[in-house]
Amino acid sequence: MAKLPKSDELFQSIDHTPPEKWWMDLPVELKPGRFCYPAKPKNLEAVGFPFAREWKPTDEDWKLPPNWREIFLEGVRERLERFRTFRLFMDICVRCGACADKCHFFIGSGDPKNMPVLRAELLRSIYRKYFTTSGKFLGRTAGARELTEEVFKELWYYFFQCTECRRCSVFCPYGIDTAEITIIGRELINLLGCNIDWIMGPVANCYRTGNHLGIQPHAFKDMIEFFCDEIEEVTGVRPEPSFNRKGAEILFVTPSGDVFADPGTYTCMGYLMLFHELGLDYTWSTYASEGGNFGFFTSHEMAKRLHYKIYAEAERLGVKYIIGGECGHMWRLIHQYLATWWKPPESLEVPVSPITGTKFEHAKSTKMIHVVEFTADLIRNGKLKLDPSRNDNLVVTFHDSCNVARGMGMFEEPRYVLRHVCNNFVDMPPETIREQTFCCGSGSGLNTDEYMDMRMRGGLPRANAVKHVHEKHGVNMLCAICAIDRAVLPPLMDYWVPGVDVTGLHELVGNALIMTGEKKRTTNLRGEPLPGMEDVEDEDL
Amino acid sequence: MGMKFALNVVLGLALFVIIGVKLLGLHYLFGVIIPYTAVTLFFLGFIYKVFMWARSAVPFRIPTTTGQQRSFPWIKPSKIDSPYTKWGVVGRMALEVLVFRSLFRNTKMLKREGKITYHWEKWLWLAALAFHYAFIIIFIRHLRFFADPVPGFVQFLEKADSFFEMALPGLLITDVIVVAAATYLLIRRIIIPQVKYVSLPADYFALFLILALVLTGITMRYLWRVDVVKIKELTMGLATFHPVVPKGLSVIFYLHLFFVSTLFAYFPFSKLMHMPGVFLSPTRNLPNNNRMVRHVNPWDYPVKVHTYEDYEEEFREKMVEAGIPVEKPLDKPVEQQEE
Repeated sequence: MAKLPKSDELFQSIDHTPPEKWWMDLPVELKPGRFCYPAKPKNLEAVGFPFAREWKPTDEDWKLPPNWREIFLEGVRERLERFRTFRLFMDICVRCGACADKCHFFIGSGDPKNMPVLRAELLRSIYRKYFTTSGKFLGRTAGARELTEEVFKELWYYFFQCTECRRCSVFCPYGIDTAEITIIGRELINLLGCNIDWIMGPVANCYRTGNHLGIQPHAFKDMIEFFCDEIEEVTGVRPEPSFNRKGAEILFVTPSGDVFADPGTYTCMGYLMLFHELGLDYTWSTYASEGGNFGFFTSHEMAKRLHYKIYAEAERLGVKYIIGGECGHMWRLIHQYLATWWKPPESLEVPVSPITGTKFEHAKSTKMIHVVEFTADLIRNGKLKLDPSRNDNLVVTFHDSCNVARGMGMFEEPRYVLRHVCNNFVDMPPETIREQTFCCGSGSGLNTDEYMDMRMRGGLPRANAVKHVHEKHGVNMLCAICAIDRAVLPPLMDYWVPGVDVTGLHELVGNALIMTGEKKRTTNLRGEPLPGMEDVEDEDL
Repeated sequence: MGMKFALNVVLGLALFVIIGVKLLGLHYLFGVIIPYTAVTLFFLGFIYKVFMWARSAVPFRIPTTTGQQRSFPWIKPSKIDSPYTKWGVVGRMALEVLVFRSLFRNTKMLKREGKITYHWEKWLWLAALAFHYAFIIIFIRHLRFFADPVPGFVQFLEKADSFFEMALPGLLITDVIVVAAATYLLIRRIIIPQVKYVSLPADYFALFLILALVLTGITMRYLWRVDVVKIKELTMGLATFHPVVPKGLSVIFYLHLFFVSTLFAYFPFSKLMHMPGVFLSPTRNLPNNNRMVRHVNPWDYPVKVHTYEDYEEEFREKMVEAGIPVEKPLDKPVEQQEE
């Protein structure tokens, strides 16, 4: 892992001036901290991916198969037919440059090939060479170039420097979506077995155990029950969740990160407390134990394979509908892909809240609702007893997760919940939130340690906006409804804005929630004293 | 890259016309054959390209949502930016096509004083809008050369266009706007370092070609007056498929006609196809109603999955031990196995 410079040094070093040499003449240079380790053969083999082998990105020879160029180009041809987005986006860009300074990776690195327009041109140049007449005959003059190993390495490097956040597509006058180009670019890379291990490891795990972290059923249950111990300690009330229970009304699916890593675990406790307090007839599944889907960062097909389990498990258990936890790309997939990949089983019903009677008409086909929608509806109908003053030590701001923002459009529901569970909430500047929100810098399977340099750069615009409200309004807590955010924003805040911590929304709900039969609470879920209880805790001890 | 190259190509085209018309007297070639060929290429190429796009599937419904989804009656949905009805999509597309909605969002990022800041930047939007509207009005104005009598709306448009005549006799405001806007677009391409860096010869070529086309047109109107009656004789001949080439048409007209022809012929094979392309863009022309209405992928195919049965098979013992229900009981109860 490359050593990170100090944050102010890194900031000073960012230069947005393009180099002298034109981009086609600038060979790719793999900088440490800006690329990820290659996939281990066993993780590719686990899901039947081709060309599993030992190789290193820094090696001269990537051990590509002899006919790699044919495989790649055939892959392009096939995808031009399968995706109108791809064919159209290869043809209609006018290079107006409106997208250039909208990308968090360009803002943070200054590398011109991180401008969305140029990232797309990397592939467009290949398309022109092999699929257009002008490119075939005019070559460079028409913006076309040969597909060489050098060029392939460049594609690899830069398609793993895009988090598929879609921010550029908001500003593009033709809606050209770099996420779409990156997704297809990564599919092509995948045809040659060149994925990264931080993606392939979770994919292999998820295929076998149902979740990215490879948590086996008994361990999954243990972990949740451990949270119940913790909740009991804080509140005196012990939730009694069930696992793989047939006949439950609702199946709950959340990213496994919530079960595994702080501070996501506190969000998970929030769900447990809420559902217990409501007496909700729901079950966890150790098989459908992952809402996220790193398969999406390899290919559409792998994503479909991994998301199979959600409906399959809902049908097997005979539930009426599904509630999904706080997660970013999981929700893009559930909202925009799930019901296309897998037909919703007949056994499911249009979601109806058993507490408020609200029928979630907007999910009448997919039959899956977001837990934040569920909670917002409860609050709206006055079904929750809340004491937001328990979060009075916090000044909270809200980070719209890219996928939830630009692939779903859920902006108001989380803010509505936030305003009811804490008293101090301020938004960041408008050009950094909602549909214009900035990526955490580590999405789409790039949240690994060896990639830290690029993560801190990509996260700069987000951190910069947090810093603004931190200085102006004393914000000390960043709330996000995405498991990857909760994992990667803490180091990002430590680097750029020390003094700001990270939380999920349902952690704040859990803290504010007044539960039936609870003891006088002195600490929050993290075991920190509640506001005004700093001394009480000492006496108890 | 390639600005000089693009300029040279346009100058070369001009030279080609001058030689062809002045020296070789190929009036029929430049007056009839080339325009017909260009228009034919335009229609065939245009249709082919749009057909190819339309032929490609739309496997997923992936609008870029730029506004609040429709969920509860008490949360106001964004009907245009996150459309969930057909009319919402029509509205979104109309704003996109007619007023360049997305480009209007443009901002400019600056890094200074240890901060990243975002600033007002609507010039690109303004220039693009001005350019396109001026261009289309000029295009419609030209219909007067292809219809006799001249349709009412064309006359009306020309009248409106000459509103500023009081300042300068014969002045058409669209002529001024189109030159100013195209020049702005060219200058920004050259002076904004990032835009210059991503530019291709084709980007400059389109601008130089359009400027050449417009400037020859303006020259004919204001400086080097030409015989409009003769021009109309030619254009009407073309329009009615009885082409005639009147004698004595000046070379500036042939230059203008050739640049128009080049633009027509070049259009379907270039980035100018963003014009029909924007209508087909799946991130803009699809509703955000995914969870309400199922979208079907036309090329969906069966995939290999890891079923619950496979899963239980591997973990059954651990599940039973942990008290997690299973479909198929263990062959022997756990206690007996332990004995």
